[in-house]
Formats: sequence, C-alpha cells, structure tokens
Amino acid sequence: MTTQPPKVLVTKIGLDGHDRGSRVVASFLRDAGMEVVYTPPWQDIAAVVKLALEEDVDVIGISSLATDHLIVPKLMRSLYAAGLQDIAVIVGGIVPDADEALLLEAGVAKVFHPGSALEEIAAEIVRLTRARRELNV
Amino acid sequence: MKAESGANALAAILGGSRRALARAMSAVENETAAGKALLRELQPHLGRARVLGITGPPGAGKSTLVNALIGAWLARGARIGVVAVDPSSPFSGGAILGDRIRMGEHQAHERVFIRSLASRGHGGGLSRTTARVIDLLDAAGCDRIIVETVGAGQSEVEVAEIADTRVVLCPPGLGDEVQALKAGILEIADILVVNKADLPLAERTERELLGMLSLRHYDDWTPRVVRTVATSGAGVAELIELIERHAAACASQRRSHGGRVRRLIAASAADWVKRRVESLASAEFEQLCALVQRGELDYASADLRAVELALRAEKKT
Ligand SMILES: Nc1nc2c(ncn2[C@@H]2O[C@H](COP(=O)(O)OP(=O)(O)OP(=O)(O)O)[C@@H](O)[C@H]2O)c(=O)[nH]1
Ligand SMILES: [Mg+2]
Repeated sequence: MTTQPPKVLVTKIGLDGHDRGSRVVASFLRDAGMEVVYTPPWQDIAAVVKLALEEDVDVIGISSLATDHLIVPKLMRSLYAAGLQDIAVIVGGIVPDADEALLLEAGVAKVFHPGSALEEIAAEIVRLTRARRELNV
Repeated sequence: MKAESGANALAAILGGSRRALARAMSAVENETAAGKALLRELQPHLGRARVLGITGPPGAGKSTLVNALIGAWLARGARIGVVAVDPSSPFSGGAILGDRIRMGEHQAHERVFIRSLASRGHGGGLSRTTARVIDLLDAAGCDRIIVETVGAGQSEVEVAEIADTRVVLCPPGLGDEVQALKAGILEIADILVVNKADLPLAERTERELLGMLSLRHYDDWTPRVVRTVATSGAGVAELIELIERHAAACASQRRSHGGRVRRLIAASAADWVKRRVESLASAEFEQLCALVQRGELDYASADLRAVELALRAEKKT
C-alpha cells in the first residue's frame, strides 16, 4: 500500500468569526502535500463530528482566537460518543496554561501557541496520521 | 478502533453504519486490498441510486446548486449522497477540499452524506476511484447521488460515464470561454443550466445555447436549457422537473444501472489500454511507430497491433 497524504479537517467552532489564521494554516498544509477539508467559521459541534466522520479525516485542527477553545472538551466527548476516538485533535490559538492542561486532559493531542512554526504543526499532523493508520490498518 | 474487514464491513454498510461507509471509502480511495475485496462483494447490492453529475467552470455555482438540490430532494424524503471532487496540486499533491463550504445548509441532516475527494492527479474532473465511491453510497441506500466535478471548464467528459443524468453549468458572461466550453459540453450535457441568472447576459447565454442545440440532431433526448439562481433557489424546481423527465425518458435503456456498468467497463478498459500502450517499450512497438511515421501503415491497423502487443506484454508479466 502506498502512503496516502494525511487528510485534515481545519475548522473553527464557537463564536469567533476570524478565519484568516485557519486559512493560512490550510494553505500551508495543502502545500505540504495534505488533503485539507476546509469549513467556514461558526461550526457547531454536531456538524464538526458529522463532517469528520463522513470525511474520515486523520486529524482535526481547531483554530481558536478568543475563548473558543473552552468548547473543545465538549467536542472531544461528542467525538468519543460517535466512536471517533482514533481521530486526533489539535488546537491552535491563544490558550492560557491552565486551559491547556484542561484540553490535554480532555484528550487533545497537542496545543499550538501563537508563534508556533507552521512546519512544526505539519510535522505533528504527519506523526499523528501515521499513528492513527498503524492503529487502524 | 480496528477497521472492519471483508464481510463485516459489507454487513455494516448495508446495515446503515455511516462510520463503516466512511472507512470503506478511504480503503477504496487508497486502493487497498481490503477495499478491492469489498468492492467485489458490493456488486450485487448496486443499482438502486440515480446518479446526477454536475460539471462546469470554476466558480459557476456548482456547490451552491448542489446545496439547493439537496434541500429539494430532502423535502421529498430522499436519502442523498454527495461526492465533491477538488483538484490536487500538481506540485505538492495536496488539496483544499472546499466544496462543502457552499453545501453547508443541509449537511447536518441525517439523510445526507457528503464526501470530498481530491483528484490525485487524475484528469477528467474526477479522481480515479470516484465511480467506486459512488458504488459505496449506492449500496448504503442512497436514492440520489450527486457528483460535483473539479471546475475545469472542459474535458470533464469522464462524468459522462459515471452519471445517469449530466448537468452542465454555463454561467452568463463567460465570453470566449463559453465557446471552448460549448465545444465539449454539448456532447455530454443532458441539461444545460444557466446559473447566476440574476446576472446580466443570462438570457443571451440561454439563447446562444438554444441556438447551438438547434443545429444538432439528438436521438432519444434533446438537451434542455434552464435558468437558475442557486443562491436563492429560483429555477431549481424546474431543474428538478427536467432531471425527473430525463430519468423517465431514459429509464428503459442505456442510462440505467446496467448501462452504467457497461459505460464504466468501457471507460476503464480504454484507460487500461492507453496506459499499457503508452508504456510499451518493445522493439516491435518502435517498429510499429516507424511504419506509421513513414506512411506505410495506417493508424487503424496500428491501433489493433498495439493492443495485441499490450495484451501480450501483460500475459508475460
Ligand atoms: N449572483 C449569484 N451568485 C451565485 C449563484 N450561485 C452561486 N453563486 C456564487 O458564486 C460563487 C461560487 O459558487 P460555488 O458554488 O462555490 O461555485 P463552484 O462552481 O462550486 O466553484 P468551484 O467548486 O470552486 O469550481 C459563490 O460566491 C456563490 O455564492 C447565483 O445563482 N447567483
Ligand atoms: Mg464547488
């Protein structure tokens, strides 16, 4: 079997409507050879779960500018309830340390803070994708 | 979680598991051994869905129109599958799969299943495995399947093989592009849609299309033209009416599931022959090319011999 590119969902949940950041990330990941499902902002949790399931993505990237990351634990619970615990979730944005601990505890694979290199994010996605596919074979 | 394999996967898909369906699509798209085995088992369960192909230039409003069609068919109680193909970058191999952005209105509905595919270097506006992903949606019980091609402007003829009804979008004001577009699309379109009919020049585009159609002769179905505004839903009811009429007109013959299987076998056989002949490296093939170049052999005879060479090369390996 040839290695297929990672399939990533880049999305925003919650109220914050700025999607410039997630657009930049999406284009970068495309240029890094990934298949990126892109959505407009303001997705609700049920929509994200259904989309991730139908598209069978390897990784979900949530971009959060304001306090949207606080909804992520709820997303994690919904993903688990739908049997999607093999899909890795990463969060990018301004996330205080205390909140980061909360997210990691909820099952988030990694939090990227402002200033993180895009290469670093891409490398993490590749790693998470490989891990998922080894699990799923 | 283990991916379900073989008979398990089939039973889960037939039983309505969306997760199993989505996982199977990945296996099929990645052409894994399990995916291929599943496709064989799937064959007896196909033939229920009607497949609508939507093609047209970039930004013509294909995804927006798909959104409107989903809404209308949902209201009639249908289960709907959508396959949306976006281009892979020839440089990185990556892709932005953005069609869902415009299909958002009904994507949370439980009777809708949308899957985005990257073309992965395959021409013709689709990916290599698009037809097989459609089969999966068919087996999973979709009544209607909509395929949106890459917005390429022309040469999306491949959708002609895959779809039972072919809709081509032809927005107003394309200028010269419309000429290029028309050349190919009149061959494949069952219905021509002048979308963005709220923009100037829509009537003129419609008249031009009707004019071109009137110059041609069609046997069993003469392509129709309809104006729509996908963003408002205007004209969508008329479009659906035409789609149903086309389905009824073609129910008995080529455009049924049996017809689809025929077309798909023909298309993939053609693809197979093309790839094998192109990669022929034998001295005999070089001789054949030389004969044609010197004018000592016509193409029709050379074609047949090339196919023979390809078959012989295949048997040896
Ligand atoms: N004025 C007007 N705009 C429309 C209409 N239909 C779609 N649009 C707009 O046209 C733009 C492109 O629409 P899409 O549905 O993404 O077009 P597409 O053909 O799917 O585009 P690609 O998949 O990128 O080739 C969007 O901004 C739509 O809102 C219409 O009937 N009238
Ligand atoms: Mg589109």
